[in-house]
Amino acid sequence: MKALLIGEYREGKLLDSTYELFGFAAQLGAESALLLVGNEAQLPAFGGTLYLADAAVCGEYNPDLHKKLVLEAVQKENPDYIIFVHSSYGWDLAPRVAAALKTAQISEVTAIVSGGFEVGCCNAKMRRTVKQNNNKAVLTIQAGAFPALQPGGTPQLQRLAAEGATTLEFIGYEPAEKKDVDLGKAEVIVSAGRGVGKKDNIPIIAALAKTLGGELGASRPVVDAEWVSHSHQVGTTGQTVSPKLYVACGISGAIQHLAGMKKSDFIVAINKDKDAPIGEVADVLIVADVMQFVPALTAKLA
Amino acid sequence: MKLLVCIKQVPDMESRFKPDAAGTWYSESDLAWRMNEYDEFAVEQAVQLREKLGEGAELTVLSIGPDRVVEAVKKALAMGCDNAVHIQDPAAALKDPWQIASMIAAFAKDRAFDLIFTGMQSQDRGSAQVGVTVAEQLGLACTTTIVGFEYDNGTITTKRELEGGVKGVVKLKTPALVTCQLGLNVPRYPTLPNIMKAKKKEIVAIAAAELLREEPLTTTASFHPPAKKGGGIVLEGEVGSLVDQLIGILKEKTAVLR
Repeated sequence: MKALLIGEYREGKLLDSTYELFGFAAQLGAESALLLVGNEAQLPAFGGTLYLADAAVCGEYNPDLHKKLVLEAVQKENPDYIIFVHSSYGWDLAPRVAAALKTAQISEVTAIVSGGFEVGCCNAKMRRTVKQNNNKAVLTIQAGAFPALQPGGTPQLQRLAAEGATTLEFIGYEPAEKKDVDLGKAEVIVSAGRGVGKKDNIPIIAALAKTLGGELGASRPVVDAEWVSHSHQVGTTGQTVSPKLYVACGISGAIQHLAGMKKSDFIVAINKDKDAPIGEVADVLIVADVMQFVPALTAKLA
Repeated sequence: MKLLVCIKQVPDMESRFKPDAAGTWYSESDLAWRMNEYDEFAVEQAVQLREKLGEGAELTVLSIGPDRVVEAVKKALAMGCDNAVHIQDPAAALKDPWQIASMIAAFAKDRAFDLIFTGMQSQDRGSAQVGVTVAEQLGLACTTTIVGFEYDNGTITTKRELEGGVKGVVKLKTPALVTCQLGLNVPRYPTLPNIMKAKKKEIVAIAAAELLREEPLTTTASFHPPAKKGGGIVLEGEVGSLVDQLIGILKEKTAVLR
């Protein structure tokens, strides 16, 4: 079985998530080739075929050219699987490749299981086992779901080039907003989710954070609704944290949030939905109304 | 200028999901339905553009599914879409993303839409494939996961949301398709007068069989809850007692309470 892995660069740096592709391919038992649109100064130690195109020419985000490069590598390699990370790069490019090949795509794979691949659904509350109907498949793997693996070795380089008209123009990166709070250093984080109900309830969550000597965190919907500033956001698009204690208040536990906090030493979740996916990572799940429980806990601790 | 926004009706995600008789998707009994959250941002952005363009612009909302999806379509009409297409498909949940995208593309093919909006993914299926696949099938410029959108005379400037709070600024020209991320805007609540006005707007029904030409590329073998991680404690009961139990656990298991 052969796999073509598609790695990822951001602002000239090879992303660590590329090593999760090696970890996945090892579990799959596939012989891997790697495609990178990047630069020769930043290559992973990997003993297989490495198709390399220059990001200075092809851009880091240029789906038209990147699709051409992937298709060229597919033609040379004839892989059974073409594998991306389910990232802003992967979920954007993978369907373009799958459509060009008119082949199956299975998105955000969390596990390899008998009879196919397991993927999350229903806001991560449930799982599906999905299989492809043809002999080639495009896969995107969930970030953080598979262990990173450093294969070692020296790659056999095969250079690829692509050119031609493109339908979009990448103007540049806009840096993340300056953070007024560094959650990475906090020993305790108490985070507010949509379940707190309204902006007026945020101080009640903040009061518990203060009582525990910690910082206030938040899930994405709370930040999007502007109840709390973005610098408090925990998750893939916010900060990744690993405090000694993480208290999730009214947070259902979307994958992007779990990826940002599941390495915390001890996780307490307060949620009225016993089946909420936050329960998958919580050491203690308190099934209760967050606006009744949190003030009672703060009062008892004060 | 012709605009299209594609929406899906999904269950409320707070629902308790149970497998259906075939064990390959959720049972539809006892579910409350709503518009897919990502699509609310897509509708809002499309309506804002339609309002900016004024006379001569036309915004169509499209949804695929059984009759219940008309409720979500009516909401989109009340938010400001001009007219609607309901692709009638009682078995839409059994179609894979390739088939759903193919049906949308078959509908849009000869209708010369300048700009198509979709959510970046659905909350229930979550493949994040349909929007991009529609663009590929129609040969449209496409970018995904946008949290910023501006339109000026045929040029769209978007901000894509990348990991770690970084954004990527991308320009593209119409005809194009964009997939919308949460937080792109603040979706409006339909007002009562607009809900009344929406009742007069046209909803064209098209049978799925007229648009479906493609076989599925994937098969769902099963639908099931995640394997329990084990080790986690679930506490239920009266609040005062829960507080005491949690404090006891924190004292025993963490060094946080001194």
